[in-house]
Amino acid sequence: MPELLWLIPALPLLGFIVLVAAGSRLSRRTVAIVGTGSVGIAAALSIFLGTGFLAYPPLSHHYSQTLWTWIDLGDFRPSISFYLDPLSLVMVFVVTVVGFLIHLYSTEFMSEEEGYSRFFAYMNLFVGSMLILVLADNLLLLYLGWEGVGLCSYLLIGFWYKDTANGKAAMKAFIVTRIGDTAMAVGLFLIFVNLRTLNIQEVMQKALQSWPESSALAVAAAALLLGGALGKSAQLPLQTWLPDAMAGPTPVSALIHAATMVTAGVYLIARTNVLFTLAPVVQEAVAIIGALTLLLAGFSALTQHDIKRVLAYSTISQIGYMFLALGVGAWSAAIFHFMTHAFFKALLFLGAGSVILALEDEHNMFKMGGLRTELPVTFRTFLIGAASLSALPLVTAGFYSKDLIIWSSWSSDKGGPLLWAAGFAGALLTSLYTFRMVFLTFFGEKKGVVNKRPGIRMKIPLVILAALSIVGGFVELPRTLGNFPAFSGFLNTVLPPVETAHGDLSLEAIMQIGASLLSILGIYAAYILFLKRRRYTEELGIVPISQAIHRFWFSGWGFDWLYDRLFVRPFFWAARINRDDFIDLIYAGVAWYNRFLHRALSLTQSGRIRWYAAGITLGAIITIGIAVIL
Amino acid sequence: MMPQALLEHGFLLAGALFALGLIGVMVRRNILFILLSIEIMLNASGLAFVAAGARWGQPDGQVMFIFILAMAAAEVSVGLALVIRLYHVFKSLDADCASRMKG
Repeated sequence: MPELLWLIPALPLLGFIVLVAAGSRLSRRTVAIVGTGSVGIAAALSIFLGTGFLAYPPLSHHYSQTLWTWIDLGDFRPSISFYLDPLSLVMVFVVTVVGFLIHLYSTEFMSEEEGYSRFFAYMNLFVGSMLILVLADNLLLLYLGWEGVGLCSYLLIGFWYKDTANGKAAMKAFIVTRIGDTAMAVGLFLIFVNLRTLNIQEVMQKALQSWPESSALAVAAAALLLGGALGKSAQLPLQTWLPDAMAGPTPVSALIHAATMVTAGVYLIARTNVLFTLAPVVQEAVAIIGALTLLLAGFSALTQHDIKRVLAYSTISQIGYMFLALGVGAWSAAIFHFMTHAFFKALLFLGAGSVILALEDEHNMFKMGGLRTELPVTFRTFLIGAASLSALPLVTAGFYSKDLIIWSSWSSDKGGPLLWAAGFAGALLTSLYTFRMVFLTFFGEKKGVVNKRPGIRMKIPLVILAALSIVGGFVELPRTLGNFPAFSGFLNTVLPPVETAHGDLSLEAIMQIGASLLSILGIYAAYILFLKRRRYTEELGIVPISQAIHRFWFSGWGFDWLYDRLFVRPFFWAARINRDDFIDLIYAGVAWYNRFLHRALSLTQSGRIRWYAAGITLGAIITIGIAVIL
Repeated sequence: MMPQALLEHGFLLAGALFALGLIGVMVRRNILFILLSIEIMLNASGLAFVAAGARWGQPDGQVMFIFILAMAAAEVSVGLALVIRLYHVFKSLDADCASRMKG
């Protein structure tokens, strides 16, 4: 049965081709069936293959399928081949299942929009590209998927292209990620030139054999791949594009900019973990970048008005957690958090989408409120998602995954008190901004009129994702609570376990209790500040210094301002200076010179016979003169 | 046979005549005078041939002169035909009138 592996990416791509070729002639119903169905069958197939994989694990712990040789150039012979191992299985499962649910949601969410078939065509192309990315067995094919998802991200952020701002946001996302992608491409060149292969498994083996730890080549390769991951996953310093990417439709934000594409960087680092182990400097940088990003984005999320921007900063912050886990060598914890995050963040985005739809495109949380009774299903599922994001202890998936990361950042031999403190403080921030959002949106007095209640096709994904946001965490229980490490055990063959330096069981329990209390404290603080005693925040808003800090955080720590001054304006300045194209002046000069000669020569053809005679005479005299003198 | 000095005189005369004809071609605007000047130049070169032929006792110089005469007769017949056409079209004998025929 694993021979059917190729169908998983092929089906969404087929859906894309059908929708592109005939989308405008099909009815909306057919478009929805083709778009959702192709991803749905892929999801069913991936569950089917996954259960087969779990029940009868292949002896070599992976299954690979080569379709054909893509390029054949000497010893450069990448093939179109897919590689299914526990890591890619988890990714495929999340991408197809969450993708399917979001497609189902979109059939209703987008039903009033123009370009219905265009939307589903792009979404299918995205799912297909993402599956190629996670299933690729060589880095070139992975790069194809990587660029494919980048393209779809661009197309879908700018889906409502009639508004120029959306087009600009799309371009920003594309250009900023391009910086990372370029670094990654250079990294691929470096790897191929030195190891003569791009097959991921061979690269890992050869790197282990030929590159000593901390050798310059290993560090360079890991750093360049990290560059690609930073761009795609919106980490410092390339995080600025993600909040603006919220210009796209909400299901797009849920699928691409929360659940799947932005975590491609996490996948890349986990997939090439050997390289990062060989370059401890870079791995340390991953941890530090993750810790910084999760804090910066958390503070920014605390100040946003737009519900989607809160979620965008929250996504950046949660991916920061994943990077922190990768940086301390807790590879499977990062993938675990990726999975639970995909569930609850997709849920939160879809919930936010139904709120936005209900209030006629209102994004400002301060103009919402009291939606608890108006949108009961949305409220309950959103609350579950928020609880999971805040890592509410014991019952939510987010608790188990985030707790594992915080604990690993302490216990791992690569971790330390500082990294742990960042993760720990981030937990408070997370629950604070999450429940700020919940209280502002669903509690308090009613401010808007609900025009549209979600139908069944929007409710089903919300309920399923809410269920996953709870049970998704029970696949990995810490030692203090049952000691059931099924998830990391499953990934064991691909991702080496954490190397614990100080793994004290009682300390782990104390830290878990501390983190749990912190999460509850954050919720309580949000309750006091944003529901019970609103005047505290209002009074705080009048103080000039807090206003300044608010503005600073609101603008995402001024990174846009900085980049505008540092890169955008100098670039425009240079472009303006060079408007007439300096280099071109040389060629323009050649043309001008030829035209001058042409004019001068045509002047001599005056038609005056006496001038011709004079010219002949002069020429004869000069010729004779030369002949005589020489 | 002719002495050396006489040859030099003949060449000087031929050169002077040629220069006069050339100047005539360049400065005269009347096309008839231009044709006359060309005739003078032709005869000047003919004179140079005759003088040289006489100096070395060879018939070649005179043969060349016959050629030049024949060529001059042909040239004049074409030239005069052109002059008549020119006068017919422009009502003038000014050579510069024809400068409009820029190609």
